[in-house]
Amino acid sequence: MSVPTTSNGHPTVGMDDEFLKVVKATKRFGTTTVFENIDLVVNRGTVSCIIGPSGAGKSTLLRCINALERLSAGRIYVNGEIIGFREHRDRHYELTDKQAALQRSKIGMVFQRFNLFPHMTVLENIVEAPIRVLRQPKAEVLERARGLLARVGLSDKETSYPAHLSGGQQQRVAIARALALQPELMLFDEPTSALDPELCGEVLDVMKQLAHQGITMIVVTHEMGFARDVADDVIFMDGGAIVERGTPGDVLERPVEERTKKFLGSVLARAPS
Amino acid sequence: MAPLLGTGLTRALRQRHGGDPETSTSDEWVIKARPVPRPGRWIATVVVGLLIAMLVHGLVTNGTFGWGTVGHYFFTSLVLSGVRLTIILTVVSMAAGIVIGIVVAVMRMSPNPLMSNASRLYIWFFRGTPLLVQLIFWYNIGALYPKISVGIPFGPSFASFTSTHVLTSLVAALVGLSLNEGAYMAEIIRSGIMAVDAGQIEAARSLGMHQRLLLRRVVLPQAMRVVIPPTGNQVITMLKTTSMCSVIAIAELLYSVELIYQRNFETIPLLIVASLWYLLMTTVLSVGQYYLERHFGRGQITMLSLNMQHRR
Repeated sequence: MSVPTTSNGHPTVGMDDEFLKVVKATKRFGTTTVFENIDLVVNRGTVSCIIGPSGAGKSTLLRCINALERLSAGRIYVNGEIIGFREHRDRHYELTDKQAALQRSKIGMVFQRFNLFPHMTVLENIVEAPIRVLRQPKAEVLERARGLLARVGLSDKETSYPAHLSGGQQQRVAIARALALQPELMLFDEPTSALDPELCGEVLDVMKQLAHQGITMIVVTHEMGFARDVADDVIFMDGGAIVERGTPGDVLERPVEERTKKFLGSVLARAPS
Repeated sequence: MAPLLGTGLTRALRQRHGGDPETSTSDEWVIKARPVPRPGRWIATVVVGLLIAMLVHGLVTNGTFGWGTVGHYFFTSLVLSGVRLTIILTVVSMAAGIVIGIVVAVMRMSPNPLMSNASRLYIWFFRGTPLLVQLIFWYNIGALYPKISVGIPFGPSFASFTSTHVLTSLVAALVGLSLNEGAYMAEIIRSGIMAVDAGQIEAARSLGMHQRLLLRRVVLPQAMRVVIPPTGNQVITMLKTTSMCSVIAIAELLYSVELIYQRNFETIPLLIVASLWYLLMTTVLSVGQYYLERHFGRGQITMLSLNMQHRR
């Protein structure tokens, strides 16, 4: 192979530049602290898996990156742009509703519970945002949407409503819907946790395929097999902090921290993979 | 399970699970069970049948109903103009009530405490006082505020009107009905918006939809599904509530027939004329509601869609 690749075989084109940078991020709800002083850098084109027990702050961190929640302190930069604000001469200005929306449209997000729009068909779900938010020409968007549906293997479901699809199919549509905005960063919040075990595979396959196309991905997951096979980086979070971080080999096979060992022990005991 | 409800649903469900079981089993395995005897059902049938027969007999033989008079007055111009006014009152105050309802509902959910409390106060007041009182109040507003002026609050005024000229009895009726309806619609719309899953709003935001767009494209269409049945109720109630306007001399349907029977004393036939018109209008509204529900229920697996599947 002539193209240099990462440890997990993804092309390293344009890598080594920081795509996502989280600096001293803290999130509190009232008096409870969800996470505190988190520092994290994710390089362009890499796949990072965030693992850890529930309540560790993984999902909230993801939601802060997409500005669905606002940080209590700290900064998040995506592609050099600060999230949720406008920076000008060391001053911060709140974004207007529309500016914040535009910023979110550059980051795709896939939810645990799919959240497809139930009153729209599969195709309408996918074309809604590119047409209404980005105001792209309809014909072009439709063509792209059909291409995406083919990629997730659901070309025959164009006119179906979400309620008539299985969970795995719905999640694949949700991925296509997020991709339709051609985001630079894809966030996955436990994308297979609400699925029956036999349906997880089809969703994970689509995600693997995405990873190999070099899109930057951050995946909160309990699928250790996926983390081992696909991730460039595994981040273990517990109690609102990043406990350990490294290649899948380091974190999953040779963890250093006691808490990581304990967590992996309990997860792997339940689900041998 | 009640048989009327049961058959349609179970048949529809059976179809969804692939084919009729009777065609896929050999004939000798088909169970032809004797039905449970239901004497109670027979007795009930006889009793209800008798009651219906008595009712029909009375309607036909009792001359006081005056069916001829009913037919005679059904399409007279006074009655028709009453019908027209009833429709106008219903449509205008319902439309205004829905607009007020949306505004008040959104205010009620606002993080600004002044907004939400103002909205709460509005709903408290207009639901808490009788509509009849509100109507008479608006009709007599001229006594409280003889002049209405348009201008800067606490500052100069640009124009002023005499209340009794602007607030005719028709305007008073429309204002009274709309403000009252707004309070009820606000709660109905709020319940619809609250019924939309929070995940829907998050997904829309993550797709870059700004507040107004996501309200229009994601929240309201889904809220409609919940909002339509009670709103249908409100429209039908409103249609009949307009008859209260007869107290402030609005010649809607009921007032029109009153005018006639006060002259000719054919009270019952003319009340039948009014009732038949009200029934006719409610029937049309119910049919409209069915189609609206079907439109906004698209993509949902509900009792309604299962029954439609079975009928097709």
